[in-house]
Amino acid sequence: MGVAGPINAALRRVPVWPVYVIGMAPAPWFFWLAATGGLGVEPIAALEQRLGLTGLQFLTAGLAVTPLRRLTGISLIRYRRALGLVGFFHIALHLCVWLALDLQSWPLVWADILKRPYITIGMVAFLLLVPLALTSTDRALRRLGPVRWRRLHRLVYLAVPLGAIHFAMLVKGWQPEPLVYLGAILALLALRIRLQRARVAV
Amino acid sequence: MAGRWRNTLKWSDVTSEGAYLDRRQAMAAVGALALSGIAGRARANEDGLAPNTWDEITRYNNFYEFGTGKEDPWHNAGRMTTDPWAVEIGGLVDRPGTYDLADILSGVSLEERLYRLRCVEAWSMVVPWVGFELADLLNRVGVQPSAKYVAFQTLHRPEEMPGQRSPILDWPYVEGLRLDEAMHPLTILATGLYGKDLPNQNGAPIRLVVPWKYGFKSIKSVVRITLTADQPLTSWNAYAPNEYGFYSNVNPDVDHPRWSQATERRIGGGLFSPRVPTQMFNGYAEEVAGLYAGMDLKKLF
Repeated sequence: MGVAGPINAALRRVPVWPVYVIGMAPAPWFFWLAATGGLGVEPIAALEQRLGLTGLQFLTAGLAVTPLRRLTGISLIRYRRALGLVGFFHIALHLCVWLALDLQSWPLVWADILKRPYITIGMVAFLLLVPLALTSTDRALRRLGPVRWRRLHRLVYLAVPLGAIHFAMLVKGWQPEPLVYLGAILALLALRIRLQRARVAV
Repeated sequence: MAGRWRNTLKWSDVTSEGAYLDRRQAMAAVGALALSGIAGRARANEDGLAPNTWDEITRYNNFYEFGTGKEDPWHNAGRMTTDPWAVEIGGLVDRPGTYDLADILSGVSLEERLYRLRCVEAWSMVVPWVGFELADLLNRVGVQPSAKYVAFQTLHRPEEMPGQRSPILDWPYVEGLRLDEAMHPLTILATGLYGKDLPNQNGAPIRLVVPWKYGFKSIKSVVRITLTADQPLTSWNAYAPNEYGFYSNVNPDVDHPRWSQATERRIGGGLFSPRVPTQMFNGYAEEVAGLYAGMDLKKLF
């Protein structure tokens, strides 16, 4: 815990709002690039992928907060809500681009959700995140009470790996990138289980 | 050759003759082929067949030998050596051998073919190829009566093709056609694009183009052609037989297990480009449907 103390002390002086500002910046940047040719000649698919991947990265970072604190003592817990909400923001835009730009047709949307497993899984992952985003305020936490709130927010342990599976299922050929994300997410979850057991044992 | 396919899509079809000539005069300094590409974007004919631009065709490629990103081939393909180049033609042929590219080209006459290209990923382009009918080459080497299929192989040179250092697929890339498909006048070996030599990322120096099949059938940078009696192995079919059939004819009624094939997006329409309905055999049903008479295309996809 030698370095954790000074780092935590320094972090206490860093406010949370920059995480929102910096974290949400990629989205308008991606839209700008897509509109001006910066994402190549097929901007719709590229925009969809960038938004989805950025969302997954923030959600994965949110999952890393607790293991990081348990392993190193460094606490980023103050920023975790911001990481989660910024992740959700990108995933929601990813979904909007798919609906409004990619498919552009409600019958196609419905058919895809029902017929294509990777879309079904992605949709389920998104729907699991919605109640978490809605109950992310202090007021919601107070109204639910910490026990129920924490129980509800365990849905994230399901939603994030499902998001990575959704990513892994849509590539062609043997491509490592989505599997690396899935592996990292599962490792973070496994670490959490192991650490919890260790704590109970003590 | 009897029954030779006649290209009904000419450069002048792309836009009205008048506009074509006007632009021709206005931009006399620009090469005529490049010009018609520009004009084509401005005004498509009734079929909507305006060729994609040079930049679109050369910067958005699936050529996994150079990486899985769409722009990876554009970035990485420059390292591939395409001269000298020879194609080894063997199997059930009368005159097997290693044919130098110049030798192959000396026996054929190149022509322009404006073809639709439909990728299995549900995007499409229109490409002004330059090439010759595969049948011309096969007739020259003499196909033996026992041959029923044609197998193709892409260059395997990991030191120049970085994607081949990862097990994305089982390298080298291989493809195949039934002999009647290979002999069909729509099937060409292409060596150029927009009147210029093929850029490496588009499969230089010589590639197959089978416009009624998904793009991955049109194997790039071909080094081997083998006539066989049995259906040859094909790379994507070997990787995932339930997703990629041997035939892989463009068919809006047979979905890929993971996505719909009913619609496609034409590259080049920007951020609000709509999906358009996919056509049976990619719009070449009139020419090729007869090849598959009596076949259940839902099973033999």
